[in-house]
Order: sequence, then structure tokens, then C-alpha cells
Amino acid sequence: MSVERGGWKVRALKLWIPLGAFMVFTLFPFYWMAITSIKPNSELYNRKIMPMVVYHPTLKHYVDLLTETNFITWTWNTFLVAAVSTAISLVFGTMLAYPLARMKFAGSALISFAVAATYLVPQPLLFIPLADIINQLHLGDTLTSVILTYPTLLVPFCAWLLMGYFRSVPVELEDAARIDGATRLQTMIKVFLPLCVPGFISAGIFAFTLSQNEFLYALIFLTQTDVRTVPVGAIAELVKGDVFYWGQLMAAALLGSVPVAVIYSFFVEHYVAGLTAGAVKQ
Amino acid sequence: MSATFVEQRPTSRLRRWTEREGVFSWLMIGPPTLFLILLVGYPFAYGIWLSLEDRPVAHAGKFVGLANFVADFHDPVFWQVAINTFVYTFFATILKMVGGLALALTMNQDFRFKNAIRALMLLPFIVPTVLSTIAWMWMLDPGFSIVNWFLKYTGIADPGPSWLGNPTLAMMSLIIVNVWRGLPFYAITLLAGLQTISPDLYEAATIDGAGSWARFRFVTLPLLKPVIFIVTMFSVIFTFADFQLVYVLTRGGPANATHLFATYAFDIAMSGGQLGMGASVALAMLPPLALIIIAMSVYMKPHKS
Repeated sequence: MSVERGGWKVRALKLWIPLGAFMVFTLFPFYWMAITSIKPNSELYNRKIMPMVVYHPTLKHYVDLLTETNFITWTWNTFLVAAVSTAISLVFGTMLAYPLARMKFAGSALISFAVAATYLVPQPLLFIPLADIINQLHLGDTLTSVILTYPTLLVPFCAWLLMGYFRSVPVELEDAARIDGATRLQTMIKVFLPLCVPGFISAGIFAFTLSQNEFLYALIFLTQTDVRTVPVGAIAELVKGDVFYWGQLMAAALLGSVPVAVIYSFFVEHYVAGLTAGAVKQ
Repeated sequence: MSATFVEQRPTSRLRRWTEREGVFSWLMIGPPTLFLILLVGYPFAYGIWLSLEDRPVAHAGKFVGLANFVADFHDPVFWQVAINTFVYTFFATILKMVGGLALALTMNQDFRFKNAIRALMLLPFIVPTVLSTIAWMWMLDPGFSIVNWFLKYTGIADPGPSWLGNPTLAMMSLIIVNVWRGLPFYAITLLAGLQTISPDLYEAATIDGAGSWARFRFVTLPLLKPVIFIVTMFSVIFTFADFQLVYVLTRGGPANATHLFATYAFDIAMSGGQLGMGASVALAMLPPLALIIIAMSVYMKPHKS
């Protein structure tokens, strides 16, 4: 919208001031998280000094977090669960999306409606019956419990995103492969899917960050420290009664966010594409 | 090539059967559909069944019909929870919509480091909610709140309020944190929507004498409506059913002032061990949610241009 271009005053008013305000609002919590995590307790709980800066930075909270708690185990659990759930979701998502995007078959309208509806079912509607089911299956306190349930949140989303992507790929190559005698399965796996790598990255990144973010199922199913994920571990074990270990909590919050942020930073464009795929259709 | 083509033709009947479009499709769709039926469809139905039972945890259930829902109806906390959920959803959604649109319009200008700034702006949405909410809890801490330090420093209030201790302020705090987390999603999606609007339209409108407000009102807004609709629908559903934020920040307190359907159901079912009652509270969020979505669909009617 560069129709008009006033002087620097107009530009400051229309761009830099609002943008600056939004950025402070958005980023300040991260700054606060970071400086809290490197403040010694003597500064953290001293009301007399200026709190916005650190006078004697220390890594004590990080060392304590890594040596005195199970944070490393939680990080590994979180990563493992997210990776496996994402893989399952991409496979199942593809199996749903390919026929829906490419083929005519009885029941396709029903299936695509069901996929959309499943995506919109909020988790709190399912957690009580699921808790009971997981209990009856004796899967409580196993990573299997969350590896099984996370894909229920991710598969509909992946299918829906991939469907959109699949439709944007021209059909001619598949037709050519079919004429050359390839079966439908060969056509799909050897010809079609390799063309869809960007779609898989978008869906994969999204699914991965969603799994890292999941809390409710992990909170209910995982009650032993050695199977916990980072969010549940931080809430359940770094807060002891009324005592909050703020330095360690902030270190955990920062360290727990880093893997997601790093992966995200490599694939920002894919992430944004996935984020906006559903809402914005040309 | 044509030779192999001819040779491959007389394949087994099974092969020919699986090559049929309808058969192949269902072979593909079958496993994931079965998975979703078992782990979404079945729990959903089982949840309805549970809500009709008196079912203490680790005991056999007893069918009680609609007794749980009748009990909800006579429970003052249940109605408070319903009101809380509406207030939370309404204000958080409005603020995200207006703020997100403002941010999207701001970012839809040419400036340096645009992509980097956009990437940074999305951080609240990327970072695990529980972890960022812990940071907010520390920012709103009764003893060492940085917000209150700022209020004192600038002379606005001394001492600052107890953000999470006062019922109204606790709800406000929750709404602010929800907006903080959800705003980037709105902004980035709306920005993508803005970028699909052809500059020609603005030019034509300018030639017709439209000022910047008129251009926004009669070009931007109508064309953005379908995107706003979809984003808002998602936001309403997930705000209405929010759990994490409240669980971490207030646990529903003080005095149930910030309990939402999800956290109240959790308290009853997981802390109280009453699975049947909990399931009835969770299910109670379905009709209002459906009504909101239908009302929004009617009101905003995202007809394709």
C-alpha cells in the first residue's frame, strides 16, 4: 500500500511508532525471561536495584537446572514424542490427502468434512474419556500414550494442509507415469510425493511445534518424572508448593523454547505458508 | 516403453482390482480413518456416555441419565464458569482481531528488515505456551512484578495492583496474555490476505476520490472478510476451549473468577475424581460453541468473490 509516501513524520506515525509498540509488547517477555535466567538470586529478589539490567550475570540457574532436575530427560522425551508424532501424522495425513486431492470415490465428501470437523474438535472435549481409555489400556506414564494421542490433533491438520498443496501440483506427470504402466501406488510414491517436499516441510514444522506445545494430554497421562515433557516437568517439578524457583523456571522456559525457535528460524517461510494456507486461498 | 506397457497389461485380478480409483482411495484412506475413529470418534462417544454416568475414578460407573447436567444447572460455579468463558472469549477475540488487523496494516508497508521483523513477531505463537505463560506469571508476580515496577517508576501507581489476586484483574491478565500469544497468528494471516489484494483496486479507488479511510472501508475490509472470518473462527474455538493459560497462570482462581469450562472440567474430573460430572461440564461447552460458530457464519457470510 505504498500509494502515498509522506515525509518522515508521516512515516514515523504510520509505521515506526506502531511497529515499535507492537514489538515491545511482543518481545519484552522474552527479554525478561532471558535476563531473569542469568541474574543471581541476590539481584532477583532485591527490590532496591534497577531490575531491567543484570549486574553480575551468572549461569548458576542453568547449571542447577541441568544437574539437579531431570530437564535433559524431559527435553529428550519432548523431542522424541514430537518427532514420532510428526512422522505418523505426515504419513497418515498423506494417505488421507492424496485420494481426496486427486481421485473420485464414493464417500470423499463425507471424509473431507469429517477431517475438517475432527480438526475443530477442541481437546478439552476429549481428555476425560481419553484419560479413562489410556488407564484401561495400562498406557499411563508411557510415552506411547502421548505418541498415540498427539497425532489425533495433527493428522486432520496435516491432511488439510497437504490437500491444498497436492491440488497445486500439476497432474500431467502422474498421467504420464500411469500411461507408462506404473501402478497407482508407484505413481504416488515415486512420481508425485517427491514433488511435494515443500508441503511436507510446512506440515511437518507445524506439527512439530504443535507437539512441542501440547500440554493437557501430557499433564494427565505423564505423572512420573522420567517420562515427562518439558512443559509438564517445568510446571510440576520446578514449582514446589508455594516456592517458585524463578531463575530456574526462566532458564527452563528459555531452553525449552530454543529448539522450536531454531527449527522455526530455518523454515520461517514454510511455516508462514502453512499458517496462512487454510485462511488465504487465491 | 510401449512393449512393457503391453506386457504389464495382463496382470492378476487382484492387481486390477486395487488399481481401481475407488478401491485404491479406500485402501489409502482406511488406516488413518480407522485411527481417527478409534482415538477421536470413540472417545467422543465415550465422553457422552460418561456424562450420563455417576463415575468416580477407579470405580464402576452407574447410569444416572441427565442427573449430571441437572446438577450442573443448579451449580452456581458452573454458571460463573460459563460467564467467564464468554467474557474471556469475547474480549480476547475482539482485541486480537482489532490488534491483528492494525499490526497487519502496519506491516503491509515497505520497510527494511521486514522479513526478520515478521519472523520475530511470530515468536509468541511458536514458543510453547506453558513456557511463555510462566514468564508472564513472573512478570505479574505479587512481590516482584516488572509491570508494577514500571508503574511505580513512571509514577502511575505505587504500589501496583495484585494482578492475579484480584478477580477482575486476573481475568484481564489472562485476556492480555491470550492476546499476546494469539495476535501474531491474526496479524500474519491477515497480512498474507492483504498481500493478495491487487494494488490496481486501490489506484482505481483513489482516482474515484476515495481517501485512505474510504479505501480501507470499501476495498480492504470487504476483500479481507473471508480471511478474517476463518481466522476468527479458529480463534474463537481455541479460546473458548482454552486450558493451558488458565491452568498455569491462575488455576481458575481467585475464587473461581477465572475458571473456564476446560479448567473446571479438569478440576472436577482429575483433581476431584468425578469423571461423569467432569465429562458433563466439558460437553456443556459444545452447544454454545456450535451456536457461536453458526451465528458467525450467518453474520459474516464468507461468500467467494
